[in-house]
Amino acid sequence: MIRLDAVSKVYPAGTRPALSDVSLEIDKGEFVFLVGSSGSGKSTFLRLLLREETPTSGTVEVDGKDVARLSSWKVPALRRSIGCVFQDFRLLPSKNVHQNIAFALEVIGKPRVTINKVVPEVLRLVGLDGKEHRMPDELSGGEQQRVAIARAFVNRPLIFLADEPTGNLDPGTSVGIMKLLDRINRTGTTVVMATHDSAIVDSMRRRVIELDAGTVIRDQARGIYGYAR
Amino acid sequence: MRAQFVVAETANGLRRNVTMTIAVIVTVAISLSLAGAGLLIGRQVATMKGYWYDKVEVSVFLTNDIAQPDRDVINTKLHDLPQVQTVYYESKADAFNRFKDQFKDSPDLVRNVTPDALPESFRVKLKDPTKFDVVATAMAGQPGVEEVQDQRKLLDKFFRVLNGFQTAALIVALVQVVAAALLISNTIRVAAFSRRRETGIMRLVGASNLYIQLPFLLEGALAGLVGGVLAAGSVAALKAFFVDRQLKARGGITAIPFIGWDAVFQTWLYVVPLGVLLSALVSFVTLRRYLRV
Repeated sequence: MIRLDAVSKVYPAGTRPALSDVSLEIDKGEFVFLVGSSGSGKSTFLRLLLREETPTSGTVEVDGKDVARLSSWKVPALRRSIGCVFQDFRLLPSKNVHQNIAFALEVIGKPRVTINKVVPEVLRLVGLDGKEHRMPDELSGGEQQRVAIARAFVNRPLIFLADEPTGNLDPGTSVGIMKLLDRINRTGTTVVMATHDSAIVDSMRRRVIELDAGTVIRDQARGIYGYAR
Repeated sequence: MRAQFVVAETANGLRRNVTMTIAVIVTVAISLSLAGAGLLIGRQVATMKGYWYDKVEVSVFLTNDIAQPDRDVINTKLHDLPQVQTVYYESKADAFNRFKDQFKDSPDLVRNVTPDALPESFRVKLKDPTKFDVVATAMAGQPGVEEVQDQRKLLDKFFRVLNGFQTAALIVALVQVVAAALLISNTIRVAAFSRRRETGIMRLVGASNLYIQLPFLLEGALAGLVGGVLAAGSVAALKAFFVDRQLKARGGITAIPFIGWDAVFQTWLYVVPLGVLLSALVSFVTLRRYLRV
């Protein structure tokens, strides 16, 4: 599903590469934790998958397609097959929960009938049914992240990316979010989660890829967060 | 459904940016009004030329004390010129009657002119109006000839003044168009910036570039359209004010042919699409620079 082949990324202003000769493969349906200290290249990795950036060298393949070679009018289609959530939730503050999720569907041209059917379903999936008319500032952090997850998942993407989704949440709420991501993974969606949260990684025992200064220093099938020495 | 979304986003955007949109509309309207006025002046000149150039004549004014033999010689010479189409003679009495008729609105003027004051003349209509020199040469040194006057030269002076007005209007219009373009560009920039949260999410979620850009383009085009329509209105008002009032003052009959409403409609056909195109183009170019896709 995801394949990196000797990928390097150097930012124009950067002194050292953000990613350096990274090669790895992630199969469909896997759940992968991407760990590493700040600046190790986790966010760059995710941005390459979304084609927010293109690799300086090497190939990035998503679902068999070379991402860097895609023509710019094909890129939106790529992004529709990838759902993404972030540490800061990125909800639209002037729209309520229903409208926030509907927005993701409207902008890709889904008809209103479909939207009104699908949005309540996905809200039930994330455990927020009944809260459709609340505004983001009326929700707790955990609830806001659930809305973001609902928005990312509503189109049933192939890949689900999470860039430190529990970064702004307390440990208890984080567990709830992880349970949700686990449920999403069990539907067959490939999940890649970049995180600092050692407790989560240790408790879930999934594949762990550790980055350090742009290189992969560890790739363990049922790993923990711990530092490789 | 998708159209509904785009329309809703456009309306939203307009509402958020009302003051700048109004500024755009006004600037576009002013520049296009001036351009339209320039076009109208051009049409007026063309109409007048078309009417008058046909009728202009070369006037051979005769001296006050001309003798009949000289008169005959001049008459024959003029008739003999191959470039001449018609010659007709206007006596002092004819001239005076024509004068009375042309200036019947000014009785004081007429009262002060005696039948003897106006000279007699031969009016020569040439097959090719540009061959004025032929007559001048033929009459050179001819006794009894006071002056040979090419009425075209007089008209040309008049037209030059009008053309000057047209050029001035078009220059100011051009400056205003540049101002309008910069203003539109800035408005789009501000709009794109203030909506970066929405457009960021649209990009993330996989909305096509067209979907993201279209509301901005429509906002720009709509402002341009309204500006163009306002300009069209002011051009029509210009015509009504200047032309129709003049006609009304002279009771509908006049020596000067004026442009009709068809000229106005033709101008509309230029002005309104120009407004839309200008705005849409500038918006598109600005978006390419400032809206990440």
